[in-house]
Amino acid sequence: MNQQIQRRDGYSQLALDLLAKAKRSGATEADIIIAEGETFSVQVRLGAVDRLTKAREKHLGLRVFVGKRSASTSTSDFSADSLNQLVAETCILAKAVVEDQVSGLPAADQMAGERPELDLYDPTRLNTEQQIELAKRVEAAAMSTDERVTNSEGGDFDSSSGRVVLSNSHGFLGEYQSSSFSMSVSPIATDPETGAMQRDSWYDVKRKFAKLDSPEAVGLEAARRTVRKLGARKVTTQRVPVVFDSEMAGSLMGNLCSAVSGYSLYKGASFLAGQLDKPLAPEYVTVYDDGRVVGGLGSRPFDGEGLPTRKTTVVERGVLKSYLLDTYSGRKLGLASTGNASRSVGENPSVGPTNFYLAPGTKTAQDIIKTVKQGLYVTDLIGFGINMVTGDYSRGAAGFWIEGGELAYPVEEITIAGNLKDMFAGIEMLGSDLVFRGRIASPTVKIAEMMVAGS
Amino acid sequence: MGELVQLTSFGLTEGEVLGALGRVKVRDVDYADLYFESCVSESVSMEESLVKRATKSVSQGVGVRATAGEKTGFAYSDELTKKDLELAADTARYIANSPSGAHAVPVPVRQRPMRDLYPIERAQAEVATADRVSLLNAIDAEARRYDPRIKNVMASFNTEYKIVMVATSDGTLIGDVQPLSRLQVTCIAEENGQRQAGSFGGGGRVGFEFYHEGDRYLRYAREAAREAILNLSAVEAPAGVMPVVLGGGWPGILLHEAIGHGLEADFNRKKTSAFSHLLGKRVASDVCTIVDDGTLPGRRGSLNMDDEGTPTGRTVLIEHGILRGYITDKLNARLMGIPVTGNGRRESYKSVVLPRMTNTFMLAGTSDPEEIIRSVDRGLYAVSFGGGQVDITNGKFVFSASEAYLIEGGKVTRPVKGATLIGSGPEILTKVSMVGHDLKLDEGIGTCGKEGQSVPVGVGLPTIRIDEITVGGTQR
Repeated sequence: MNQQIQRRDGYSQLALDLLAKAKRSGATEADIIIAEGETFSVQVRLGAVDRLTKAREKHLGLRVFVGKRSASTSTSDFSADSLNQLVAETCILAKAVVEDQVSGLPAADQMAGERPELDLYDPTRLNTEQQIELAKRVEAAAMSTDERVTNSEGGDFDSSSGRVVLSNSHGFLGEYQSSSFSMSVSPIATDPETGAMQRDSWYDVKRKFAKLDSPEAVGLEAARRTVRKLGARKVTTQRVPVVFDSEMAGSLMGNLCSAVSGYSLYKGASFLAGQLDKPLAPEYVTVYDDGRVVGGLGSRPFDGEGLPTRKTTVVERGVLKSYLLDTYSGRKLGLASTGNASRSVGENPSVGPTNFYLAPGTKTAQDIIKTVKQGLYVTDLIGFGINMVTGDYSRGAAGFWIEGGELAYPVEEITIAGNLKDMFAGIEMLGSDLVFRGRIASPTVKIAEMMVAGS
Repeated sequence: MGELVQLTSFGLTEGEVLGALGRVKVRDVDYADLYFESCVSESVSMEESLVKRATKSVSQGVGVRATAGEKTGFAYSDELTKKDLELAADTARYIANSPSGAHAVPVPVRQRPMRDLYPIERAQAEVATADRVSLLNAIDAEARRYDPRIKNVMASFNTEYKIVMVATSDGTLIGDVQPLSRLQVTCIAEENGQRQAGSFGGGGRVGFEFYHEGDRYLRYAREAAREAILNLSAVEAPAGVMPVVLGGGWPGILLHEAIGHGLEADFNRKKTSAFSHLLGKRVASDVCTIVDDGTLPGRRGSLNMDDEGTPTGRTVLIEHGILRGYITDKLNARLMGIPVTGNGRRESYKSVVLPRMTNTFMLAGTSDPEEIIRSVDRGLYAVSFGGGQVDITNGKFVFSASEAYLIEGGKVTRPVKGATLIGSGPEILTKVSMVGHDLKLDEGIGTCGKEGQSVPVGVGLPTIRIDEITVGGTQR
């Protein structure tokens, strides 16, 4: 415990020392982020250990402002010589770029003061044998439920923990610890008649070990999702209603999240530029970004610039009410930061979601499928066919054909296409099945109509 | 030759490295290696006619790996002390369940790669920030001069200077210096409230002068502007199955997704690839011959040696339509009893080695590209693409066009909006009926992702005709 406290003081002190050095080298403002962490991951395949990976790492990022000019640097080498050189180089680099009138730290009086207890850290440490056992169990559960599951890409169990220290020349000094535990398995099923193979996977990830689903539940779901794809065929090209399962609907929320990012907006690179306070979707659609969900995978007490995180209503009853902003992109748009600065060490801050989600409706997925006479239930999407400037959307898809309100047969090698603006406006029903397995989540979503291209 | 990499660059002696190697190569370990890496990456970027961002990152570390049978033990550290090396060695060898204790390993033969595909002096890689800034400013001016409808130009210039050293239990100690750079331009065009984007870029394991040869950087600016303006008049893309003509160069991403990943040895050893049982069988029409070649000078996907110290080579994947070989790393080659092809690659010292592609392309055929277009009555002509992805188990792959045209009555007519193309890897190349004589390699922008690791790659293609593939547009 003592050692821990000492180390903590060490990094805070290091940050303060480097900020002072940056000022002496000509910086008018500066901030520093230090991240350290350890990870341990186990993969088993067909019941035997396939790969063990263990590491500790640390990284330091420095951003300096010389008047209205700025530069960012990072290093994993914490030796005094290397850090002194880094400070000097960063100041030189900043002087090489042009002045940018809106650059600078957030205003001093905006910095996060109170620190909410978000319960992001679990001190549980699993030993090697325990983690191997969990990975074996999740794979075994996936392999043993159906004889058509014939192979596996492996079962994984990963644990990681880390700490972030952020400090700036306004005198802000904050830190938090977090942890994560995750497991996944990717079984492969073989069609006994044709020999054709299908793969799928399932997973869970939580900040607390005790909150994870059981390996057996995860394995069973992975097997179910894989076996049901066997015998998939193409369908003919046609325009039909499309139901996105909750995972794939989450990807639509990911697209929305990119489109409301301040950086895309001020560059004119988002189809939602200039759409604030305008209708985006029907009135039963509400979308939040909430950085303060207790135990949330995207939660944090302050953002990448030290501003307090908060709950932002992005879409309220169908109307686009807020973008996601950090200080810079906010100033470019004449708006205040929403506390969404995301800072990967070594990069300038950008905008990222915290816990970004579509508020659930009341219907089960089955209720929603029942309303479709002829249509597509999407369970997989591949490719990058989205033009964020126009909203044009065209992606590879797989899932199930719906006939008379029932899942009739699996389909693959098809595409779905439309425009995100029309897709959001065309949301007809929302499921009640909102579950967080990451920072972005959605319940099942039904969209009135899209073009399905197949044979 | 470029500089000879020394262990002293990492502050270590040969004795310390051999000691760690002996500590990890215990009895039941088949193979072990230590991978030292030091990397400096720099970036400057411009938007709104202002070069306002500059970043620089320095990272250094070691990855220690042991393999025993199918098992891999791996640890990495960003500290390069003797103590950290020993700790990583103890973790990596855990998978072998062997008693601890140092074992002798063969004293490595100090080697440098047998060729130098990117002889760039360090001084050439260290370009003054002011020169990068003026390059980006000139790009901004050129793109805006191209057409007044260009409303914003975003450009970035990224360089990476990586020094690696590999020490292996099979007696190799070898280093390489791997420069890499890329210049990328994106333009936003606006007309009557409509906005469109166009992108272009290039690079490789090249020095700064590469971008000035024939004013290459200005061509990138014009190409990005041209694509953005063109897309302003694009009509909805068609939906359904139709013949598609792919232009040369970057559309070779088709090969990377449709067959390249499926031929990586790890998936085939595990029999999880749609190509697992197809060695020696026909998987393409006889006009198709496809190779993976890591030995092309200066190319983005090229390497003097892979990340296990094996010299890269040229591997024939498909010869006149017949599947001939897989691309391998040491682990998978040993387990499958097939040759090591020099394709063991890793993103950094923090990642394990996987079999990965280098530069993957189809050899030129004999058809005239114009004749190929004339042969299509109604179809799509696609010349530029965004990303692609594949499910290696069922073989389904996609790649998304960013510049494409309708072919009507044998003539290229209207530009169409981007659309995703979807097909099945083991089948699609059997539908290639014509291959042009115009093989082109891409400009040097490809990055391939696998198991969360990104590595630079190249692709190439002559103009080809695919008789049928599903096009994911919105119009019947």
